[in-house]
Amino acid sequence: MFENAFTSEAWETAVKVFVSEFPLAIWETVYVTLLSTFFAIIIGLPLGVLLVAGDKNGVLPLPGWLLKTLGVIINLLRSVPFLILMVLVFPITRAIVGTVVGTPATIVPLVIAAFPFIARLTESSLRDVDPNIIEAAQSMGASPLQIITKVMIPESVPSLLSNATIAVTTILGYSAMSGIIGGGGLGKIALNYGYYRYKYLIMIFAVILLIVLVQLFQTCGTKLAIRSDKRLKNKS
Amino acid sequence: MIEIKNLSKTYNTSDGTVEALKDVSISIPDGDIFGIIGMSGAGKSTLVRCINMLERPSEGTVIIDGTDMSKLDSSALREARRKITMIFQGFNLLMQRTVLKNVCFPMELSGKKGKEAAKRAMELLEVVGLADKANVYPAQLSGGQQQRVAIARALATSPEVLLCDEATSALDPTTTRSILDLLSEINEKLGITIIVITHQMSVVESVCRHVAILDNGTVVEQGEVGEVFSNPKTEAARKLVFPEGETDPVIARDSEEVFIRVVFNGAKATATPLIAQLAIDKGIAANISYASTRSIGDGSYGSMLLGITGGEENVKTAIDYLQQMPGVIAREVPVNV
Repeated sequence: MFENAFTSEAWETAVKVFVSEFPLAIWETVYVTLLSTFFAIIIGLPLGVLLVAGDKNGVLPLPGWLLKTLGVIINLLRSVPFLILMVLVFPITRAIVGTVVGTPATIVPLVIAAFPFIARLTESSLRDVDPNIIEAAQSMGASPLQIITKVMIPESVPSLLSNATIAVTTILGYSAMSGIIGGGGLGKIALNYGYYRYKYLIMIFAVILLIVLVQLFQTCGTKLAIRSDKRLKNKS
Repeated sequence: MIEIKNLSKTYNTSDGTVEALKDVSISIPDGDIFGIIGMSGAGKSTLVRCINMLERPSEGTVIIDGTDMSKLDSSALREARRKITMIFQGFNLLMQRTVLKNVCFPMELSGKKGKEAAKRAMELLEVVGLADKANVYPAQLSGGQQQRVAIARALATSPEVLLCDEATSALDPTTTRSILDLLSEINEKLGITIIVITHQMSVVESVCRHVAILDNGTVVEQGEVGEVFSNPKTEAARKLVFPEGETDPVIARDSEEVFIRVVFNGAKATATPLIAQLAIDKGIAANISYASTRSIGDGSYGSMLLGITGGEENVKTAIDYLQQMPGVIAREVPVNV
């Protein structure tokens, strides 16, 4: 299928499209990804905290049924394939954004797909906090809220940052899929040129750029996580 | 004054109920350094956690200066905990905060912030000798230094009681010594009642005035340290006083040799050259395979393992001879145990 992909004509078109359409596409991909991650964290982080603190041995035990329901909802949302979720949440998207197509409209399904994921990542980060440190805080008279805000979250910042990086890269991947429902970005270019018009070279360009973006986010995230971790001794 | 009355704690596990503490009663006078010693699993940690209600007792009461701890609601309990602070075996510092911020932490919890808190924290770091480490992170400190920070942190809210849960168990002997000295100093200067939970005899011997021996969830002996240790009445207490007495050191067994274990239980024996006397009086040369004795008060405690050659007769003579000494028990050790 790639026999015509690398002709000089193909290169010419590809470069033309690259110059005219890629800058906007990159911007759209980045802002959709970051904005979706931001909203997903706003919803997912508190839920993750609840999952840990609300545990029956946690600092703020919640009724068992509430915790279970929360768990089931999170698992349900996580098991719906993103492609289908995008369509399923059309009513919600329309209610919030006013339309179901276009770049801003893709943020809604992305957030809905990502917040349960982030809740689980947060949960795993917070569960890693040494229970002895939490006990020490309790012995000093810390309230449950103080334990959450002054012990659990600050102590797990490095882990939260590296998990946030995982979330960003995953959401970036999802955002590329949103080309299907008219969301802009690199995914849309790959889809439009590569899938509908057989311009494979352009698709390859888009994919390479996606890879570069993932690398970039991952590298920055890892660096930040390491830099924030005060447990590491041999740092300058 | 801390009064623990008829305290019991049971846990429900999948294998049924476990009684961690059974009818424990202890009273600890103000300004004391009180040791609670026991083997692991004896219930020490549970007991200390019942004092500040990190564990809720199943039965019984803990009364601190007239306040029944189990009757406090959660906010009153949080308030009370500021006066009953705790240090731990694993130090439990906040690893993402600097030393100074760690010491500020309990003050922050009670709403004391900023310069005032930092000033007090610096004073406390001065007390524990770590003022120069104020801005480093705990991971950059040694275990002993981390425990000092933990002590400074525990003092931040001007407590009346300091609970030490195996606070020196993770430290080497020299560091242990310095931490114990610091605790004694704090006790003397600030008059804070200190409760020391440990499995190490040496810790109790060197700092505590009173001791309770905990075995299997019950207090088997309590009283003044010298008194309890110089005259251990129960099996559990003896185990703690001479830990080596209960286990055999590895020895090469000679088919000819029969081993006798000699236990000194408060004997004045080491004052007389017992083994030499055995050779002179009975003509039996004993080979000392192992010995560990210590003096507490004016008696000796510990055990020795003697190898005797020359057959049944000699062994019996030696045992009889040793047995007649007051406070000495001699027994043949079965071979191939």
